[in-house]
Amino acid sequence: MEHKIKDHSNAAARFLKDEERATWHDETLWFVRSKRDKAAQQLPEWESLREMASGIKAHTLSHLDKYLLAFEAKAKANGVHVHWATDAEEHNRIVYSILAKHKAKNVVKSKSMLTEECGLNHHLESQGISVVDTDLGEYIVQLRKEQPSHIVLPAIHLKKEDVSNTFHECLQTEKNNFDPAYLTNSARIVLREKFLEADAAITGVNFAVAETGSIVICTNEGNADLGVHSAPLHIACMGIEKLIPKAKHLGIFLRLLARSATGQPITSYSSHFRRPRKGQEMHIVLVDNGRTQQLGRKDFKDSLKCIRCGACLNTCPVYRRSGGHSYHNSVAGPIGAILAPNLDMRKNADLPFASTLCGSCTNVCPVKINIHEQLWSWRQILMKEWYGSPAKKASMKAMAFVLSRPRMYKLSGKIGRKIMQWLPGLVNNRLNPWHKNREMPQAPRQSFNEWYEKNKR
Amino acid sequence: MKVALFIPCYIDQFFPKVAIATLQVLEKVGCEVFYPVNQTCCGQPMANAGYASLANSCNKNFIQNFYGFDYIVSPSGSCVAHVKEHLHYKPREKEAAIMRNNVYELTEFLTDVVKVVNVGAYFPHKVGLHTSCHGQRMLGLSSMSERVGPSFSKPEQLLNEVKGLQLMRPARVDECCGFGGTFCVTEEAVSVRMGQDRIRDHAANEVEYITGGDVSCLMHLEGILKRQKSRIKVVHIAEILNTKWSIK
Ligand code: SF4
Repeated sequence: MEHKIKDHSNAAARFLKDEERATWHDETLWFVRSKRDKAAQQLPEWESLREMASGIKAHTLSHLDKYLLAFEAKAKANGVHVHWATDAEEHNRIVYSILAKHKAKNVVKSKSMLTEECGLNHHLESQGISVVDTDLGEYIVQLRKEQPSHIVLPAIHLKKEDVSNTFHECLQTEKNNFDPAYLTNSARIVLREKFLEADAAITGVNFAVAETGSIVICTNEGNADLGVHSAPLHIACMGIEKLIPKAKHLGIFLRLLARSATGQPITSYSSHFRRPRKGQEMHIVLVDNGRTQQLGRKDFKDSLKCIRCGACLNTCPVYRRSGGHSYHNSVAGPIGAILAPNLDMRKNADLPFASTLCGSCTNVCPVKINIHEQLWSWRQILMKEWYGSPAKKASMKAMAFVLSRPRMYKLSGKIGRKIMQWLPGLVNNRLNPWHKNREMPQAPRQSFNEWYEKNKR
Repeated sequence: MKVALFIPCYIDQFFPKVAIATLQVLEKVGCEVFYPVNQTCCGQPMANAGYASLANSCNKNFIQNFYGFDYIVSPSGSCVAHVKEHLHYKPREKEAAIMRNNVYELTEFLTDVVKVVNVGAYFPHKVGLHTSCHGQRMLGLSSMSERVGPSFSKPEQLLNEVKGLQLMRPARVDECCGFGGTFCVTEEAVSVRMGQDRIRDHAANEVEYITGGDVSCLMHLEGILKRQKSRIKVVHIAEILNTKWSIK
């Protein structure tokens, strides 16, 4: 089981091998964080906005049943079909059955991390339905048959050269034309076609308003609008935690979301959908997939406040230096590391350890999720349950034993320092991960304790 | 003012001069300092690795050694933060609660409790401050770049009063250095890369020293500096404050 601990760590080490790319990844995301800082600083009320947003989410989560039912009733009254899915499989089945009923063959999708979480593309494609991700970044990773590496900037791990190669291969663009404008335009031409011929549009949901039964989708490319407005069928897929009580609360979240995500005052498109337009059919799929379970975990329920702005990824010094794929989960970074173990503890047990617990995520988070504390709490649970190998547990036990007994502690400290002085090869070797790229500290002749006994007593 | 000196295990074993400097600075500002000789470890290494349950006997020992003093002071932000947040021991929960409240990191103790920022130190060098995360974000020793609000820094306040010292700010003022306890070993590659990046940022300012309030971060940075054969040295803030400015 010990090898599991190393999953993120190994993937990160591989990512860091390409030093130049790693530097570029780090600097690009740091640039986004700096933009966020500037945008936040311009609002003296920033901290109180965070406080309000966090409070509204806490309230909604503790009355989630009531708000969900209210939302469903309103949406139905607006002429929307509402579905409930307990897990990813049911979600995929529902979406497929709606598409099948309409004999839809071509689907355009606007970015939705939920469908990513559920593996919807794969499911639909295996049934002969073509799904095109229309967000540019998503489209790029889709062509490359990769997962998004960031929840807001899905292709941030790629450079324009990579995109050029991918487009040359898949879209027959000019070889070695790295001009971003050229590349974007080439994708746009293809995507326009897809929008026009789509039988259905699938979108995610950023906010669902219980009071009105409406949903809000935020994009910078307008691709959700384009899809929904050209297709005769709209399916919106949302996690049940996307709810907010009232329309008047939207202002708070919209102000926080874009600033936290990219430093923009607001996303280019905040589209509100309340009812199907004439001749169109609209469906909303409400998905649980582990969310009620997380809601029931006292220490982790606040993770459901997340509005998926990505700020905690951009700020995380570990994420910036390991890339999103090292988190092997649809949501990467600090928030992913506290959501993933809820879905599968065994598979994701390494993620809460992929952090220095520096706490930057907690303080950047617009809805004030105590992310680093939850990482700490997951560590406790994972170790208690089964994750720690017997060897690790034994060594920790031995350590705790020695460290809680003053005499034994003093003696073993002395022995340890002596070994380091006399036999430095014992610690300065390749088996010691510290020593690979760092020198060990020099062991002093006497400890402070020994100095004190001699000089102060 | 009865002050108990809390010297974390790794400082005791590997960095006794930091402990001595801390003791002497506290005496210099007029504190009556006691060092409970049977102290060991606060339990943080176990807790952060997911074995908080094993830290129970460390907590018991900590309470036995430190209960009853007006203040507990330590030259390590992360150990203090750990005690503040996680010191619990069922049979002596009342005492633990009091102690979680009167444990202080050295720089905050000097600025907030003793209220002396000029300790008469002299350090004629170009120095970069490494802002350690636990001290900054958990103890609130300084404002952080993520938050909107007035900017302040307790360690900087002290360093600004040191004669001859030229304080340099790195471009990324408060990014983590990558130490992170067992993280530095389990995530060796990321940890080292983070440390190298911090050093590059400080080196751009042509500093002679990198200082900070956490020996663990400094030890990690020092390990990398030495491997790179850099001429930049690390020095704990207590050691700077313990230097003397004779012509007062
Ligand atoms: S946890 Fe907070 S910072 Fe991270 S994506 Fe969610 S809302 Fe944004």
